[in-house]
Parts: sequence; structure tokens; C-alpha cells
Amino acid sequence: MNRSSDLLLDCQGLTRHFGGLVALDGLDLQVREGEILGLIGPNGSGKTTMFNVVTGIYGAHGGRVEFDGNDLTNATAQQVYRSGIVRTFQRSRMCLELSVFDNIMVGNHRRLNHGLWFNLFKRGAFADQYKKNYAEAHELIEIFDPPLAERLDFPVDTFPMIDRRRIEICRALISHPKLLLLDEPSAGMTHDETMQLMDDILTVRKRLSGLTIIIIEHEMGVIERITDHCVVLNFGRKICEGTFKKVSTDSNVQEAYLGVE
Amino acid sequence: MSNKIASPSLPISLAVIALGTAFAILFLGAENEYLIGSLLVFVTLAVVASSKFNILNRMYATFAVHEVLMQAAIVVATLLLVAWFYDDHFSLLMITAAMVYAIAAIGLNIQFGYAGVLNFAGAAFLGIGCYTSAVLGQYTNLPSMLILCLGGLVAAVIGTILILPVLRTSGHYAALVTIAFSILFKTFLEVNDVLGGPQGLNVKPTVLFGWNFNTNIEIRDEFEASFYLCYALLALFLLALAFIFTRRLERSWIGLSMDSIRLDETASACYGLNIALWKSVAFTFGNFLIGVAGAMYGQMLGYVAPSNFTFGDSLILVSIVLLGGIGNPWGVITAASIVILLPEKFQIIQEYRFLLYGIVVIFILLYRPKGLLPRQLRNYLPGGMKA
Ligand SMILES: Nc1ncnc2c1ncn2[C@@H]1O[C@H](COP(=O)(O)OP(=O)(O)OP(=O)(O)O)[C@@H](O)[C@H]1O
Ligand SMILES: [Mg+2]
Repeated sequence: MNRSSDLLLDCQGLTRHFGGLVALDGLDLQVREGEILGLIGPNGSGKTTMFNVVTGIYGAHGGRVEFDGNDLTNATAQQVYRSGIVRTFQRSRMCLELSVFDNIMVGNHRRLNHGLWFNLFKRGAFADQYKKNYAEAHELIEIFDPPLAERLDFPVDTFPMIDRRRIEICRALISHPKLLLLDEPSAGMTHDETMQLMDDILTVRKRLSGLTIIIIEHEMGVIERITDHCVVLNFGRKICEGTFKKVSTDSNVQEAYLGVE
Repeated sequence: MSNKIASPSLPISLAVIALGTAFAILFLGAENEYLIGSLLVFVTLAVVASSKFNILNRMYATFAVHEVLMQAAIVVATLLLVAWFYDDHFSLLMITAAMVYAIAAIGLNIQFGYAGVLNFAGAAFLGIGCYTSAVLGQYTNLPSMLILCLGGLVAAVIGTILILPVLRTSGHYAALVTIAFSILFKTFLEVNDVLGGPQGLNVKPTVLFGWNFNTNIEIRDEFEASFYLCYALLALFLLALAFIFTRRLERSWIGLSMDSIRLDETASACYGLNIALWKSVAFTFGNFLIGVAGAMYGQMLGYVAPSNFTFGDSLILVSIVLLGGIGNPWGVITAASIVILLPEKFQIIQEYRFLLYGIVVIFILLYRPKGLLPRQLRNYLPGGMKA
């Protein structure tokens, strides 16, 4: 099987309960390096929970997570980030009163010097690091929207939803991660805005060669357009996987979406 | 954050500082309550007028461009104020007390304004600094400046006892832990004979380069200045250090991490921020500053007793941060001056002090939740330097 030759993320039997509810039920999920994987399924099928377990927000009650050859089962959120996995959130989570630049730099944490001595007393060296990162943030956000790049010093709460999504994705990408997890990036946006954002993501991906993406999305147009491979969840279990064409014609999937048992 | 476009104006800003200084001189020198009352009416009108002409935002804009100059102007203004009252014990004592509280409130601001760690035991840490001064002065011959540092260190170390419970619990429960500590601290002092029980201890005065701060300054027979002059200058020096420290902290990746943790712990964790670490660092730095302020306060007052460090005093510290503007050291300094000086000059207020603070806090939270001087966006490099 050539799919196993260049595995980036390998989840085996991932399980997570909330009280009596089984949100993830022995989920196996493999992502190859460089691919865009669509994670779809009806509401409450465990998609976000899968992200939360992989990124260390929730512990797993069973199963294993292997990433890039390292065991990340029940790793802390910090360890997950440092190994190169970043995410966006279904309900956008930004520091609204901080500037665009500040928000992007939160995502750059692993590449910034947080030493006390450096930050408090070596202000010259700090200024250099600041300028270098400012230029990088500018360059990255320019790919999404050049006017936005000129407004790095404005608070995020002055921007509309599409810009906030762009900023959130820049926050995720600034540290050159290996795997990006997008949780419903289209939420709160119009169809046209969504399509525009997807184009931007594809452009960025070309620049950051080798970026792997898992995207959760309800808009099937988006999934069809950008994914190489899809996994369909229902009740925390994988019910189908393959190309979008294959899963969209699968009878199990149609049943799950129509709610017929 | 107030981001109305306003153009910088050095003359207007310097004029406001000069007016403020003149006002402070009149206010502190005023003898009868009618004069004080009319001064307060005047300042209210001035504030209304300045908001009409967008003066505050113009001052913010000026600070962004001429930061060093503006800061120097404020230091000079404070020196003038202190010089004006050179032989007036009471006024100098008040000015110094306001600066001591400002240092402590800057410490509290690092905890609460940056990292979001609530601390309702500020007065207890102030007390720890004071008692450290008293004990070390009594049993050792350490230089006063070293004792000030040790006052901060002891406060920071004792604070670490609270770090675990504060990190384990969150929100209101963390606040309750500090309230409990504040009450326990006072009770502990009252029953502890070694520390003087309810009567407290005497504290040795500050000595610097062989000069005892408790002696009046006399030059031949013509000139005599209050001994509080030295304490006022020392407090100004320490306040400047505390200010530079908190500014550099804010304008760094550490300050950014603290803000991020305060605003969204989950997102912060997903970007690798160590929440427990930065909360602990903020808590420890804050307690250090509060401890230094307390150690200096003790040396100036000459005694320390448990009744100076009640839960009510902790609330005053918190109200200073809320009133001034959470996260803005300038706001905190302004609010410390108001909260310390106003009741001393206005005896009527004195009796209803806590009631009034309560009302002020409620009004602020309702109508100006960002405080008198709202915090601005982070300026990593001073003077609005662009990358
Ligand atoms: N923190 C939690 N506590 C209790 N139950 C939870 C929690 N998080 C998720 N769940 C439950 O787990 C199940 C899966 O939720 P999840 O958010 O993963 O669904 P989803 O596939 O992302 O759905 P949607 O498309 O609506 O976002 C749901 O039944 C949800 O109610
Ligand atoms: Mg979801």
C-alpha cells in the first residue's frame, strides 16, 4: 500500500468519551505528507473532537497518535505545537483587543526568544528580532490580502470575519508547521468569501512546500475543490474514505447525512 | 482601545503636564475644604473640556512620538512638586505614599493586567516587605538598599506558596485563595510575638552612603528641608525603575505571551505557550515589586503593625488598577495619586473611604471599563519606531 509509505499523521483506534457519550469510537485515520484531507460528517459526529484530541486539548481514552515518526498520544498542547501541528478553531479564537501583528506572533511562539534576559535587557537584539518577524508577518499576510498587510498595527476587533479568518490562518502558518488543521474555515462567511479564502490557502500552500492540511467543512463545494482524499465520520466512527467522488456516491454516507438508519 | 485619530501636539501635552503640576501644588497646599472643593470642581470641568477637545487622545498620540521627552517632562514635574514642598512634612509624606502605592499597583498590574492573575492579597505582600525591613534592620547590619531588594525577594518567595492553589483553581476560586491568604496573614501577625503581635515593630530608617534619611537636611542655618525629601526622591527613583521594568516586560514577547494567556488560554496552549509558567512569572514579579514598595514604606514610616495591612487595603490596591486602566502603568500611577491624596485632603471622604472606593469601582466598571487612561496597543519599540 503506497499510502503508508509517507505517512505524516497516523491515528489508530482513537477513542474519547464524554460521560456516557462516545464522541470518538476507535477511529483510524491516516494522512500522507503533502495531501489535503477532508474530514466530513453530520453535526456531532466527532470531527472537532478528533482535532481536540490530536492537539492535546482533550486526552484520548484509547488509541494511539503518531506524528512524523513520534508518539504524540496524550501529549500536551504545547508538545503538539512544538512538533509542528497547528490549528484554527470552529468559533474563531483571536485576541480581539490585540493587534493583528500580536495575534500572528502568538502563533510564532516556538521561533521567538522568550528568555528573560533577552527580552528585558538586550533590547537592541530584541528590536532586530522584532523587525525580522514583522517583515515575515507582512509577507505572509500579503499573500492573503495586500491591504490587510498594511494594517498589521490595528486591533483585530476592527476587522470583518473574512479578515479574522485570514489572520487566524496566518497565525497558524507563521511558524512553518508541517500539519495544519482547519476547523470549518467557512463558518460565518459568504460563499464567495469562502471560495476566495480557499484560493488563498492553495496559494500559500504552494509557497510553503510540503504543507499538509486536514480540513473540516460542511460546504461540499469546498471539499470537492480542494481535497485529495476524504474521511467520513458518523457517531465517532469512520464510515467511508476515498476521493470526494467516491465518498459522495457511497450509500452509507448518503444514509448518514439523510439520517436514515 | 481608544483609537480615535488624533494628531500629536507637544505644546498641548507639555501644557497639560504643567497645569497638572500647578494643580497638584494648589491641591496639596490647600488648607480649607472650600478651596479643595472648588479645585475638584475645576478639575472636573477641565476633564470634561479636555474630552471635548480630544486632549487625551492627542496626548496619547504625542506619547507615541515623543515618548522619552514626555517621560522626562513628567519626572521633572514630579521633582518640581517635591521641591515646592521641600519643608512640608505632611505633603511630602503624602506624595511619597502615593508613589509607594503606585509601585505596588504596578506590581499588581503585571499580575492582573497582563497575565490575568487576580490577587486580593496585595496589602499582605506590602506587609511582608515592611516586616522584612523591620526584622532585617533589627537583627542585621545589611545596607538599606539591599534590604529593599530582600523585601521584594521575601514577598516573591512567600508568594510561591500561593502559586499552586492559584494555578489549580481558576477565576473566582483563585481570587478566594488570595483573599484567604490576606486574612490569614493579618491573623498570623497578630498572634505572633516575635513579630511584635498587634503592636508591630519599629523599622530602622533608610541609610544611603552614610546618610540617615530620618535627619532633616540643613545647610548652614539658612536652609532646612524635611527629611521626607530624601524618601520622596528614593520613591521616585524606585517608581522610575518599576516603570521601566514593566514597560520593557510589556513590550516583549513575554508581555505578548501574558496578554495572550489572559485573553484565551485554550488558543494560547495550542500555540505552545506555557500557561503555568507565565502566570507564575507574572505573579512572582508582581509580588517582588509590591514587596520592595512595602520595604521602603516601612523604612519611611518607622514602624509596622498588622492593622496597616488589612483585606481593605488590598482592595484599595485592586481599585487603583481598575480605576487607572487595567494594563496601563501611567493609568495606575494617576489612579494611585488620586486614591491616596484625595481622602487625606478631604476629611469627609476619609470616614466613608471604603464606601466611596466601592462606588467608584462600580461606576468605572459600568461606564468606563477600561479605566481613566485606557491601555493602548503594544508599541514594541519606543517612540513609535516602525519596523
Ligand atoms: N467538551 C464536551 N463535553 C461534552 N460533550 C462534548 C464535548 N465536546 C464535544 N462533545 C460531544 O461530542 C460529540 C461530538 O462533538 P464534535 O464537536 O466533535 O462534533 P462535530 O463533528 O465537530 O460537529 P459540528 O459539525 O456540529 O461541529 C457531540 O455529541 C458533542 O455534544
Ligand atoms: Mg465541530
